[in-house]
Amino acid sequence: MTSSLEEPVSSKPLASARQTLLRNSLGQMVVRRILLGFGLLIAASMLIFGGVEALPGDFASTYLGQDATPQAIANIREELDLDRPMTERYLSWLGGIAQGDFGTSWSNRNSVGDQIWKRLGNSLLLAGVAALIAIPLALALGMVAVLYRNRIPDKVISILSLAAISLPEFFIGYLLIQFFTVQLGVASFPATVYDGMGLGERLATIALPVMTLVIVVLAHMMRMTRSAIMNVMSSPYVETAELKGLSALRIIAEHAAPNAIAPVVTVIALNLAALVVGVVVVEVVFVYPGIGQYMVDAVTMRDMPVVQGCGLIFAALYIVLNMVADIVSILANPRLRHPR
Amino acid sequence: MTLRSMPMSARIGLAGILLVFACAIFAPVIAPYDESAIVGEVWAPMGGDFLLGTDNLGRDLLSRLIYGARATLFVALSATVISFSIGMFLSFTAVVSGGVVDQLLSRLNDLLMSVPALILALVVLAVLPQNIWILIVVMAVIDSTRVYRVGRAVALDVSVMDFVEAAWLRGEGKLWIIFREILPNTLAPLLGEFGLRFAFSILFLSTLSFLGLGIQPPIADWGGMVKDNKDGIIFGVSASLTPGAAIAFLVVCVNLVVDWLINTTSSLKGARDNA
Repeated sequence: MTSSLEEPVSSKPLASARQTLLRNSLGQMVVRRILLGFGLLIAASMLIFGGVEALPGDFASTYLGQDATPQAIANIREELDLDRPMTERYLSWLGGIAQGDFGTSWSNRNSVGDQIWKRLGNSLLLAGVAALIAIPLALALGMVAVLYRNRIPDKVISILSLAAISLPEFFIGYLLIQFFTVQLGVASFPATVYDGMGLGERLATIALPVMTLVIVVLAHMMRMTRSAIMNVMSSPYVETAELKGLSALRIIAEHAAPNAIAPVVTVIALNLAALVVGVVVVEVVFVYPGIGQYMVDAVTMRDMPVVQGCGLIFAALYIVLNMVADIVSILANPRLRHPR
Repeated sequence: MTLRSMPMSARIGLAGILLVFACAIFAPVIAPYDESAIVGEVWAPMGGDFLLGTDNLGRDLLSRLIYGARATLFVALSATVISFSIGMFLSFTAVVSGGVVDQLLSRLNDLLMSVPALILALVVLAVLPQNIWILIVVMAVIDSTRVYRVGRAVALDVSVMDFVEAAWLRGEGKLWIIFREILPNTLAPLLGEFGLRFAFSILFLSTLSFLGLGIQPPIADWGGMVKDNKDGIIFGVSASLTPGAAIAFLVVCVNLVVDWLINTTSSLKGARDNA
C-alpha cells in the first residue's frame, strides 16, 4: 500500500473509490437482474418444451387420430423427429430459435418463424398504440383520484374501474362492436389488415381492438397507480408537509411524486406485460391477424411447434417487461440497492 | 364482520352471489326449457315464449343461462378451492421448513409465474385431452402460484410471533405448527385473497371457454355461450351479450364483497385513513 492512501488529508481518492464501488454494486445488481431474466427465459423454454413432453398423451396418435395403424404411427414419429431423445430435440429446437428458425407447422408444413415474425408486428402495433393511450390516461386519472380522494370524482372513478376490471375482455369487445359498428356504423368489424395497407387506414381499422385493450388495462393501471401514490401519501413526511400547511397540489408534485416514481413505473411495466397477454383474446374477438390468434388456432389443432413457438415469444416479452420493471425500480429507489 | 356492519355495496354483492348460486342449485326447477333442447327458430328475438330469445341452434337462452351457472360456478369454485389448498399448504410448508425446501418451492413458483397464466394454460391444454377435471386441475395449479406468493408472505409474518416460537419450544411437529398455529391466524387476511382468486377463476374459465378450450359443448357455460353466439353480433343479435353480462354481473358482485372483506381485515393493522 502506498502511504498517500493512509494520510487523512488526501481523502479525495478514497471518496471516489467508494463512489466507483457504489456504482459498481449498482451495475452489478442490474447485471445480476439481467442474468436472472435470461436464466428464467431458458427455464421457461424448458418448461414450455419439456413440460409439454412430460404430460400424458402421445403426439403421433393425436396427430393421426384414434384408428391409426402402429406402422403409420411409427412413420409419423420418425417424420416429426419424435423418436429422438427429448434433450436432443430440445437443444436443436432452442438452437434453431436462436437463429430465428421455429421449425415447421404440423398442420400445413409452413415455416412457423415466418408466420410469427409477420404476425408479431401486427400484435405489437395493437399493444403499442393501446399503451400510448392508456399510460398517460391512467396516470392522470390516478392523480385525480388521489387529489379528490373519498370525494365524488374518486368514487366515480373507483366504481367505473371496479366495473371495468370485472368485465371479461371479450365482453367489452362485443359491447364496443354492438355500439360502434351495429348501432352507429362508424367502426369496421372484423379488423382485417393486409400488407399494402397505409398507416392511417391501419390505425382506423384497429380502433375498436385498441379501445378494448385500453379499457381492459386502464382500470388495472389506474387502481394500481392510485394505491401506489396513496401509499406514499400516508407516509409521515407527507403528513408533516400537510401540517406545515402546504397546498395539496404542491404536496403531490414536490413531496409525493418523486417517491412514487418507482412504484408507478413498476405498475406501468407490469401492465404492459398484462397488455401483451390481453392481446390474445382481443385478437380472437376482432379476427385480427396477430400472434395470439395464431396461437389459439394452433392449440385447437394441436399443432405443437406453433404452440411452443408462440408460447416462447409471449413468455419472452413477459419476462423482459418484468425485468425492465425491476431494473427501473432498482435505479429509482436507493433503498432497494441494499437488500437485507 | 357481521351482516349488520356490512355496507350497502357488499350487501348487494352478497345478494347477487346468492342469486347465482340459487340459479345453479335449482336450475331444473327454475329453467323453463331443457338445457340442450331445441325449442324454436335460430336467434329468435327477446320476448314472447323465450324471455331472452334463442341461441344459434334455437335453444332457449334463459334456460341455458340458468344451467350455465352450474358449470361456471362448479368449475370456477372447485379450481379456486383446490388452488388454495395447494398454494397454502406448500407456502406454509416452505415457511415452516425454511432452508432448501423454501428455496426449492419458491424458485419453482417463480418459474411457473414467469410464464403468463393464459399462455401456460394454452400450452398445457394443447396437449392434454379435453376433460372437465383436467381443466379444473390445470386452472388450479396455475392459480396456486399466486396463492403461494401471498400465502408465503402472510405466513412469514405469523411464523416469527411468540406463540409460534412457544409451540416450537414445546416440541410440536411441523404439521401442528402449520395447521394449529399458522393457519388459524392467517385465515382472515387470506379470505379476501380467496374472493379475488374466485373472481379471477370465473374470468379465466370464461376466457378459456370463449377460446374453445374450456368447458366443452353440449354442457352450457357462460363463456362458451358467448363463443357459440358470437357470429350473431354483426346481425345485431344480442345473444352473445347476455351471457357476457351474466359473467360481468357475477364478477362485480364477488368484487364488491371482496372489497369489503379486504377493508375490514386491513383496517385491523391501523393504517391511516386511506381506503
